[in-house]
Amino acid sequence: MPDSKASISKIINFSCVDGPGSRLVIFLQGCNYNCLNCHNPQTIDLCDNCGDCISSCPAQALSWADDSASNNNIANTVVWDADLCTQCDTCLQVCPKQSTPKTYHYSVAEMLQLIRKNSLFINGITVSGGEATLQLNFIKSLFEAVKTAPDLQHLTCMVDSNGSLSETGWQKLMPFIDGAMIDLKAWQQATHLWITGRDHHRVFRSLALLAAEHKLYEVRLLHIPGKTDFEGEIEALADYLQQLPAAVRIKLNAFQNHGVTTEAKNWNSCTEQDINRLAAQLTDRGVKSLFLPAVYI
Amino acid sequence: MSLQQKIQQIITDPTLSAKQKSSYLALEADASLPYLPVSQVVREAMDSGILCDMFEGNAPFKPRYVLPDYAKFLKQGSEYLELQAAENLDEALNALTIIYHHVPSVTNIPVYLGQLDQVLMPYTAGLDEETIYQKIKLFWIMLDRTLPDAFMHVNIGPTDNIICRTILRVDAELKQVAPNLTFMYDPEITPEDLLQQAAANICECSKPHIANYPMHAQSYDQQGFGIVSCYNSLPLAGGANTLVRLNLKETALRADSSEDFFSRTLPHYCSLMYELIEARSQFLHEQSHFFDSFLVKEGLIEESRFAPMFGIYGMAEAVNILLNKTDLTDIPLNNSKSQYGHCEAANLLGHQISEALDRIVKSTAVTYGYHGRALLHSQGGISLDEDVTPGVRIPYGTEPDPVAHIQALAKHHQYYTSGISEILTIDETVKSNPLAMYQLCKGALNLGFREFSANVASNDLIRVTGYMIKLSDIERFKEQGSRTNTTGLGAEAAANTSILNRKPRVASHEQSPRYVR
Repeated sequence: MPDSKASISKIINFSCVDGPGSRLVIFLQGCNYNCLNCHNPQTIDLCDNCGDCISSCPAQALSWADDSASNNNIANTVVWDADLCTQCDTCLQVCPKQSTPKTYHYSVAEMLQLIRKNSLFINGITVSGGEATLQLNFIKSLFEAVKTAPDLQHLTCMVDSNGSLSETGWQKLMPFIDGAMIDLKAWQQATHLWITGRDHHRVFRSLALLAAEHKLYEVRLLHIPGKTDFEGEIEALADYLQQLPAAVRIKLNAFQNHGVTTEAKNWNSCTEQDINRLAAQLTDRGVKSLFLPAVYI
Repeated sequence: MSLQQKIQQIITDPTLSAKQKSSYLALEADASLPYLPVSQVVREAMDSGILCDMFEGNAPFKPRYVLPDYAKFLKQGSEYLELQAAENLDEALNALTIIYHHVPSVTNIPVYLGQLDQVLMPYTAGLDEETIYQKIKLFWIMLDRTLPDAFMHVNIGPTDNIICRTILRVDAELKQVAPNLTFMYDPEITPEDLLQQAAANICECSKPHIANYPMHAQSYDQQGFGIVSCYNSLPLAGGANTLVRLNLKETALRADSSEDFFSRTLPHYCSLMYELIEARSQFLHEQSHFFDSFLVKEGLIEESRFAPMFGIYGMAEAVNILLNKTDLTDIPLNNSKSQYGHCEAANLLGHQISEALDRIVKSTAVTYGYHGRALLHSQGGISLDEDVTPGVRIPYGTEPDPVAHIQALAKHHQYYTSGISEILTIDETVKSNPLAMYQLCKGALNLGFREFSANVASNDLIRVTGYMIKLSDIERFKEQGSRTNTTGLGAEAAANTSILNRKPRVASHEQSPRYVR
């Protein structure tokens, strides 16, 4: 079990929307996409410990790490005290990198402790992000530990990913995961590039690989009316989705603009009507197991 | 306001039905009598809001909660009601419909309708599923329309049977305020798919509540128990003669430190509680002639199975006040993370208070009790409460996530024999994932919850403690009045307390005991 710690932006004890049943969700800090529509942009970049946020904190929850500590490396590290923090988010506004000093650092052993504390209440664990697979060693070690612990191995282990992980990367995870939820952010390469800053070649490879291994739990389509190209490319999209194994869930998500900091702030939110229209077009073309949002907020 | 003015106001109230007016008029009549003789200190503690008799009336002439043995009633018929023993489902449902109107309670509407699957199963022979469904559905509609009070409680489970399944089906379909519903779960007996069905129902209509059957059962004898009103667990064929509650917040305000609270203030006010309990239960048992009723003569209830409920509320405020007097945490006290429900030291202090109450209640004899004792109860608040949180709950709007919420409070549950409830508000994403509700429920019961109650945020039916109201009715109520008695309480509670602030919206109330304009 590696000693290195994962950088984590948030942990949710009880989620109903991140895989089957009740789930403990670990949001890992850092993402290799730079989506225009990202509503948690502070989770994209890692903190570089510039310290600009320290003086801005009204609750004195941010400070430099104690110099007297034996490890010299941490002298220049920004430390966040979660107990003192009032979540006013002033630090996020101050940060020149649009990152956050508010991250937790967990070793696999520490995370297992937290999972054990909650194990009565959950059906499994989901790693999300940011992009969880950027911290591949951590999630692999965590899931391996869960799957080999007699008291935890009944928990399902799921990955929520943008699909950018390489095939070798997936192969490392494959023995320890029960499934993955993959975002397909646009159909056309150009659209994908415009929205995320990355091409989607690897996304399709990830989808194919996971489907072949029976580990593709869900494909997620974030619908941004007038921006994403699902409606324009409906024939090709429907054709593709139908070729996936029947068990794969097709989840339609509705874009909402809160938290967004780019031009996408001014894009229209996706309404129930928009989703229903897209769903109807997919259904008409034979796409099954569609799942629509429970809420539009 | 003079008595006559008050009566005039009730009579001319445009929002109340004639029946509702009669009931408020009766309360005013009772309230015009002098109070039972109690000492000056008890009187002062009541006047200053430390002790509360729940506005049960100055001279109690009926028990607060009555749990008749309905199975026995159907089997033997009733001489008083001129009914033969029931021989089929129609006769059984008809006989129940009749007797419910003869079972009193503090609200005059029966709070306990029976363990209906066990009560009705002997009468289902030869009937197919669809026939049973039709009959139960009509019965359910009758209950909501003729006895419109959400304190009225049906119990089902822990066994799997056609009546239990049909009631779950009908309840999810009709989504009525009444009756309230508790499903008993016993991991040894209940099939998992039945609990899953119950969890799916919660996602539909925030009912049923799931009772930890083995935990309740071991608190009572072979004759059994029932869940009534808002999660009060009481002896079957008995009930609660009275409920008196202690305001822990006010008690804590009068202590110098947490040590002083445990050694002086808490025992002092508990002893005053017992004086009030004695005065009220003695009057009921010795002077009201309630126990001359046909319910006793025909063996449907037994006087010896009635107990006083020793209620407490304001635990959250008490703990936070005591923490301020004796700094036990590392976190600044103005930070919400140092407060009850969020901080280990605060939660631990709460558990210690519950443990101390349990010791007192288990060791103090009463004249009219269950095996000579009162039963400890985490009281769910009334609509007149302001700035004090029901029972041992975490204040509305400050609750942590459902898992942390359960973990913070689970240790209290072992102590509250006659009932305790937390209302967990689950956001509506759970509707498309009932498995999550099921797992959360299993976790809660496993960790020692006596009763699991969840409110799904977007449902129109919301819980105001043990009872349900329709959110859409609250708005309508102020202008037009309501057919159901409890909507008025919900509206009053919504205005006085911060129940609709709850994340997202829940409330907790047991009783709105008096007329408030």
